[in-house]
Amino acid sequence: MRDVAIVSFAQHSQRREDTRNEVEMLIPVIREALEPIGLTSQDMGFTVSGSTDYLAGQAFAFVQALDAVGPWPPISESHVEMDGAFALYEAWVRLQSGDIDTALVYSFGKSSPGDVARVLALQLEPYLLGPLWPDAVSLAALQARALLDSGKATEKDLARVVSRSRKNAQANPYAQLKGDIDEAALLDEPLYADPLRKHDVPPVSDGAAVLILAAGDRARELSSNPVWIRGIDHRIDIQSPGSRDLTVSPSTTLAAKKAGVPKDPDIAELHAPFSSQELILIEALGLDETRTSINPSGGALAANAVMVAGLQRFGEAFNRINKGDARNAVVHATSGPCLQQNLVAVLEGSN
Amino acid sequence: MSDVLSAPHVMEFPYTRSTGPVVGAFLTGLRDQKVLAYHSSDGTVVCPPPEYDAHTVAPVEAAKLIEVASEGVVTSWSWNPAPRDGNPFDRPFAWALVKLDGADTSMLHALDAERGAIETGMRVRIRWAAERVGFINDIACFEPAGG
Amino acid sequence: MSEPVTGITTPIRMEYRYTPGRTTSDFLKAMKGGRMEGRRCPSCRKVYFPARGGCSMCGREFAETVPIKETGTLATFAVVNVNFANRVIDLPYVTAEVVFDGADTTTMVLLRGVSPEEVRMGMRVKAHWIPKEEWDYSLANIDYVEPIDEPDAEYDSYKDLV
Repeated sequence: MRDVAIVSFAQHSQRREDTRNEVEMLIPVIREALEPIGLTSQDMGFTVSGSTDYLAGQAFAFVQALDAVGPWPPISESHVEMDGAFALYEAWVRLQSGDIDTALVYSFGKSSPGDVARVLALQLEPYLLGPLWPDAVSLAALQARALLDSGKATEKDLARVVSRSRKNAQANPYAQLKGDIDEAALLDEPLYADPLRKHDVPPVSDGAAVLILAAGDRARELSSNPVWIRGIDHRIDIQSPGSRDLTVSPSTTLAAKKAGVPKDPDIAELHAPFSSQELILIEALGLDETRTSINPSGGALAANAVMVAGLQRFGEAFNRINKGDARNAVVHATSGPCLQQNLVAVLEGSN
Repeated sequence: MSDVLSAPHVMEFPYTRSTGPVVGAFLTGLRDQKVLAYHSSDGTVVCPPPEYDAHTVAPVEAAKLIEVASEGVVTSWSWNPAPRDGNPFDRPFAWALVKLDGADTSMLHALDAERGAIETGMRVRIRWAAERVGFINDIACFEPAGG
Repeated sequence: MSEPVTGITTPIRMEYRYTPGRTTSDFLKAMKGGRMEGRRCPSCRKVYFPARGGCSMCGREFAETVPIKETGTLATFAVVNVNFANRVIDLPYVTAEVVFDGADTTTMVLLRGVSPEEVRMGMRVKAHWIPKEEWDYSLANIDYVEPIDEPDAEYDSYKDLV
């Protein structure tokens, strides 16, 4: 395997974006990611994006977004209709071929123009599930109920996750929801999508993120502290939410094993849009909350630009390791209803 | 700050889908008020039936599907406070995962019951639609079975 | 009724509040006021009409606004003999890619006032607007282009746009 590292990351505010379109969001973020390493998009060996056209409601919206890259003369480029974290996986695989040394990964998504919880029903199995139009919040609430019924978690545990997210997000200038809120105040809020309260549900966010990968010596040239991807893997659970145990995430556990997640990493950036999902992931990854800082950025509960929030986890972990605030991290991204598909990576600094 | 234009935008696609043998058989069953399931290679009964066995990856044969009951038990439920276009009800309602008697897995549908009366483990039964055409909405919803 | 089910229809309808962004908003507002405005890329200096989020070759935000003339050159065209659904234009008609004077990109627009047999690349044309009281935030304020009495443009002047 070739050593591949993250050498740069930039993101657009993950709050509501009322004036810029997707290209207008991306252009400054791509520039911000490239400038510190002194390269242009034309220098990249490979470019890959993650997004979904259903967010904008326009077929081939992802092609329009290429305007932001500066794709002339023609570049080598690809796209996944998934979160940008899965685009990063494609870039990592592409870099393994050995003929290129750099890759630019970007993702973007405006959740605010439509009803994003209903848009996400379009990713469901379209014969027996999709026609009922169960929204993403309702499905996550079914999973939360299963978790609470199992006795593995309580409503207080959910509130603890939200409180931690809000508090951590106070230091994150890109986050949408933040504040010094304790568990008791959260538990005083009424139930919304019973058993979930509104704060157990992610905000509707718009955003963009850009991350640059480089292999081997090229990474060491471009950054004084490249953040190495020591392992990466993604796995999927059975399709029908009613056919699996929603209180566990075997695909996360398997991906973590394949990625070689170490004991007690310094930080974990987990793509858990719902509070209940963070608890399931902590167990699936074998993390100890007293020894690993969980979602120091606030995570997806603090800002959830759909299609961006997974790639953003990589960026947030990169920033902390690159600055020397952490030595290593486990990063997770998810796709599909109720944590159906899960990607796990291990990041480690050079110093 | 916002002097950009905006306008309503509607996107519509009239998707037509071939069901294939297994989903087709399941929907044909619903039309006849029968719920079909698959006896999986690991011994479990999966409902709705998958198109391929999850363990052997062998194609599921429609002719070998078995019938399960139209009554069962709630394995999880959630409250949907904001019904949307296409949902079984246009008022706030419950979603439920229901394990039908004879099956080992659960299927999702709406549950027509008061929020305060719903609990995991309660007995429910299928309320069939008056007109059935071979579609998931041939099941109108689940309803409390009583007893 | 006893036939097995072999297919279903699962139509979707999604509603959005669409925002075209800053650049296109400016373009559409100018159109509403009867002005054709292009935007210049600070890197390659090309003037886009209409302009979207950024230069689609360089990936740069646009800089200055450039007035575009109503006259232009027909870079290429198609004679349409089959109507699309919902279109009510007498067949055959000509769809033209016009590079308006001042712009470096083409705009697709209907060509009228000349029979399909006489249309040729390089023809000089002029925009014909819909009545002023009907102007909206739309490129469709330009109803069509029609030929003007000027010599054809040299091929070299539009060859990169064909």
